[in-house]
Amino acid sequence: MTQTARLAVDIGGTFTDLVLQLPDRSLSAKVLTTPDAPERAVLKGTAAVLEQAGLAAADLALVIHGTTLATNALIERKGAKAALVTTEGFRDSLEIAYEHRFEQYDLYMERPEPLVSRPWRLEVPERVAADGTVLLPMDEVALTMIGETLAAGGIEALAISFLHSYQNPEHEIRAREILSRTFPASVIAISSEVCPEIREYERTSTTVANAYVLPLMESYLRRLEEGLRALGSRAPLLLIMSSGGITTVETARRFPIRLVESGPAGGAILAQLIAAQSGIDRALAFDMGGTTAKITMIDDQKPQQARHFEIARAARFVKGSGIPVRVPVIDMVEIGAGGGSIARVDPLGRITVGPDSAGSMPGPACYGRGGTLPTVTDADLVLRWIDPARFAGGHIDLHPEAAGTACRETVATPLSMSVEQAALGITEIVTETMANAARVHAVENGKETAGRTMIAFGGAAPLHAARMAQKLGIHRVLVPVGAGVGSAHGFLGAPIGYEVVRTRLVPLTAFDAVMVNALFTEMRAEAEAVVRLGAPDALLREVRSGFMRYRGQGHEVPVVLPDGPYGTDGAERLRATFETTYHGLYGRTIPGLEIEVLTWTLSLAEPKPLPARIPDPAPAEAPAPSGWRRLMDPGTGAEVEAAIHNRAALPPGARIQGPAVIVEAETSTLVPQGFQAGPNAAGHIVIERTGR
Amino acid sequence: MRSPLGEIEIQILWDRLLSVVEEQAQTLVRTAFSTAAREAGDISAGVFDMQGRMLAQAVTGTPGHINSMARSVVHFLDAFPAATLKPGDVLITNDPWKGTGHLFDLTVVTPVFLEGRGVALFACTTHVVDIGGLGSSVEGRQVYHEGLYIPLMHLAREGRMNDDLLNIVRANVREPVQVVGDIYALVACNEKGGQRLLDMMREYELADLEELGEQIVSRSRRAMAEVIAKLPRGSWSASMIIDGFEAPVTLAATLTIGEDRVLVDFAGSSGLSGYAINCPLCYTEAYTAFGVKAALAPWIPNNTGTLDAIVVTAPENTIVNAPHPAAVYGRSLIGHMLPDVVYGCLNQTMPGTVPAEGTSNLWNLSLVAGHGLTGTGGTGTRAFNVTTFHSGGAGARPRQDGLSATPFPSGVRNVPVEITEAITPLVVWRKEFRRGSGGPGRQRGGLGQRMEIASRDDAAFGIHARFERGVHPARGREGGGPGATGRLGLGSGAALRVKGFQRIPAGDRLIVEMPGGGGYGDPLARDPALVARDVRYGLIEPDQAAEHYGVVLHQDGTPDEPRTATLRAARAAR
Repeated sequence: MTQTARLAVDIGGTFTDLVLQLPDRSLSAKVLTTPDAPERAVLKGTAAVLEQAGLAAADLALVIHGTTLATNALIERKGAKAALVTTEGFRDSLEIAYEHRFEQYDLYMERPEPLVSRPWRLEVPERVAADGTVLLPMDEVALTMIGETLAAGGIEALAISFLHSYQNPEHEIRAREILSRTFPASVIAISSEVCPEIREYERTSTTVANAYVLPLMESYLRRLEEGLRALGSRAPLLLIMSSGGITTVETARRFPIRLVESGPAGGAILAQLIAAQSGIDRALAFDMGGTTAKITMIDDQKPQQARHFEIARAARFVKGSGIPVRVPVIDMVEIGAGGGSIARVDPLGRITVGPDSAGSMPGPACYGRGGTLPTVTDADLVLRWIDPARFAGGHIDLHPEAAGTACRETVATPLSMSVEQAALGITEIVTETMANAARVHAVENGKETAGRTMIAFGGAAPLHAARMAQKLGIHRVLVPVGAGVGSAHGFLGAPIGYEVVRTRLVPLTAFDAVMVNALFTEMRAEAEAVVRLGAPDALLREVRSGFMRYRGQGHEVPVVLPDGPYGTDGAERLRATFETTYHGLYGRTIPGLEIEVLTWTLSLAEPKPLPARIPDPAPAEAPAPSGWRRLMDPGTGAEVEAAIHNRAALPPGARIQGPAVIVEAETSTLVPQGFQAGPNAAGHIVIERTGR
Repeated sequence: MRSPLGEIEIQILWDRLLSVVEEQAQTLVRTAFSTAAREAGDISAGVFDMQGRMLAQAVTGTPGHINSMARSVVHFLDAFPAATLKPGDVLITNDPWKGTGHLFDLTVVTPVFLEGRGVALFACTTHVVDIGGLGSSVEGRQVYHEGLYIPLMHLAREGRMNDDLLNIVRANVREPVQVVGDIYALVACNEKGGQRLLDMMREYELADLEELGEQIVSRSRRAMAEVIAKLPRGSWSASMIIDGFEAPVTLAATLTIGEDRVLVDFAGSSGLSGYAINCPLCYTEAYTAFGVKAALAPWIPNNTGTLDAIVVTAPENTIVNAPHPAAVYGRSLIGHMLPDVVYGCLNQTMPGTVPAEGTSNLWNLSLVAGHGLTGTGGTGTRAFNVTTFHSGGAGARPRQDGLSATPFPSGVRNVPVEITEAITPLVVWRKEFRRGSGGPGRQRGGLGQRMEIASRDDAAFGIHARFERGVHPARGREGGGPGATGRLGLGSGAALRVKGFQRIPAGDRLIVEMPGGGGYGDPLARDPALVARDVRYGLIEPDQAAEHYGVVLHQDGTPDEPRTATLRAARAAR
């Protein structure tokens, strides 16, 4: 028989989610993550979901996997004992970082410790200039001695990062050859392969982070592959990357750093699929869970992409306080705002929420596990937006009186407010914090939030989405079906793809079409070698972009370039594309300035058809509410009588008027006064404003 | 008192204003040309009400612009009263005394109108790459040497750019394209801020910012007053001697904690320098206020209410209150030192809270080549002009080591070596921690850096040196020792001065050794395990372990505890 079952697996911090997609239906399973050997949970869940479907592992056609293993190893500092080999005179670059205080007013600020401590940052006499010329040949004898030192020191992984290697990688390649005499080549990462981009600190940081997680990911992926084979699966295993593309195990083993944040990427892809299905051209994905919220812009059904990301930011999610990595990522802003975020009153008498979270232990005060500080969930409960009897499918008993006490003691009493006003203040502030982050994120990318459709998922989002939308000038919110296992669903919609990058500074006045065409040919070959492993026969789609700027500017603007090859009009075509993009971002172009391209990228993917638009359903009668609840309306702050509806009982096309709450197992959707809501043909709840 | 929901609304609008100015600042960073703005974040951005009160300011790289830009809007309104401004008008200046302290900083102010009525002013400042005159040199003797001086004037009238001014700028600066590009960036960032503010006002149906502004200013003032009320009343004095240019400079301060204000007076400080290291009062005020606020109330957002609680005075014709026509290009040499003097005062009344002295002054490298500077070949002398931002070690904190290669009080960032090398013929052969430069202490001072730079061209290049702590080091606190002094020299051996223009001959290298921060507490009380680590990591010289810290190490590098105890006891008895 032909295999048609596709399995998606997402390992999260608490749960491992699995979705099995069959031609006619899909099944899901949730098992507890097993942090010491994550493949155990995967294999257990796989067996369970297959059994549910009455299938054998041999029936699997494809397994798509995303994991936060690499991210967690970096956050918890549980990676390999790694070393760095670098250009003489530059071993401290990794620690000197940006020579920057990321907290302007904090006299007691601390920088994160580098992943490789100073004794294991070793220097080689060698030097390449900015144009690729060798200024000092590499001292191979010194390198041989370094190899011996590393072997004797019990080093498990190695990063090699030399100055200007993005321009001329020969020294790095030769260094790997020499060091692989004393060291397995499979655990050596070189910067000209991991991140061939200008700016030494960020390139080195990315390469070191890659080396740091190499052995761990290599062994995990091997065990997982063996385990799946032992179950009887012959399906290829593919990995989801932070860019939202999927790749083979071979590539994931060499560049595990590209797997960071693959879970959130899955969420963004889910939002992309829903945007396509629902015909939304300008969407904003809003994912709010227990500890953080994430926001992504999705234009024309493509999530916004970036090439820079920071892992393990210091407690306050402060920019510049984490480990920078330059890899393709779905661009999202992450805020320390979730159901468990703690509320306090600052010395100015202002309510602050987060970024710290009560987590699951002790958890919000209403969990009754010893937490005494009020959280967003406590405030939600005081406002009676949550039914204490059915929170998280009824698995967690909530104690409304503990929530009230926490809100009173920490917020209401110091500010001389009622408990309800304090709770409303907490939810208002957390929503405002998220909205502000979304707005700044949008402006940094030359975009607007107003007029978008919000796609809200994650346990806490459906309660706060409508109010957040109001603050962002958004009139329509969509709460998808089964948002609880969103990321795994998203994996199934991801294309096989890969992106490569090169830094070559090219002023348009000196545009050399032959050189640029050759560069893209080389990049295409590199990308194709990776993509063909997973998509041997597909017709591939290529997208080129240039990171361009006016000569003298420090920040480049990503510009989608016209298809090549380029002829004599190449410079003119690039100029026109740049000016259009720049104008779109900043509202003006600057006359008479020279334009240059610093970095070039090429992404190659199998074209993945997005789901077709589902027509709007015919209007349907809404059933009578299953009950009523008095609660505080988020917009007006007034106490209102809200209708309670079961999500499952609402037919597509039915509309109900706010104030109302739509309840389901994992979450509740709050429909404030002035809004109406109901399922569309695909079952996603659409919330719309009916008036101010 | 308004209703509690109004209470929350005020908070939300306040947060929103902070996010508006953050967007304004981001727009500037992303569109700016000068490395100071785009790589180092040397900018400021803020929103003001129509009386010129600053309501919110972006947290950017430069405390130096804080008070100065805040005050400058008042000067603009004096020259161009609010009632005379029209939609599309944009104002500009680089007046050191009415702007932010030297000609390199351009300040642009844009009024915002709602339904035809002026509701707010947006202001922003950036440091441009060049302003003509002597360039990045502290050798000017009067402000007239220092380049183009733009008095308070219109940059645009009702949407039309002042092309005459732009042409004068182009003709007077070495990098006309970049400087004019930066002027456009300043205009764009105010426009962005204005749009966002109007969005907010429409959403919340605000006709003006009067009520909100009043609330922000009065609450911040009250919060500062509450912080100050908890401090012991009194006056404390401190002083610090720094290298200066032609003679050492004394910076002296008396800090008085009053009922609801902190007063800092700089009487006793040195008179003016004949060179460009003089500091206008606006800039003195800026760094003093930053230092006080970082120590007392870092969490209160910056606005007129906050700043009014810190009153800074200085006698005229001193180096901290330099009048026109004193040369002021290098005013940051003085300004960056002022928090250290303030902390000398605060340490007496709030012991255990403030850091030891640090390098404080930035060690930015302004490297140049060109006709008349490094050669006489006319256009045949390859020209470049680049400034990279660098820092020595910061002072140790009461419970933490000082940060190495990190600026304080400035908050700028460095420029990657690969970027500098891509746009100049320079090669940086070394950029690393300078071993042993951190001041000894229970908490060690931060380390400086050592850099070695050469040119790939067979030609000389030059440095506009303007460095401090070359003779007088950053002092330790509470028994901590001083950081190493900074040095400038040639690879061939000769020493260079830490101030003034000097040539690096063809084929030679420039060696830069940046100072370390002061230590905190008795070095003999430092945890021997940390001393052992510092030796193992190469952060201190092996002989410093015994010499400074009284720690004896075993052959394997671990502390020999009995011998350490004996040595420390002997030291303590001395």
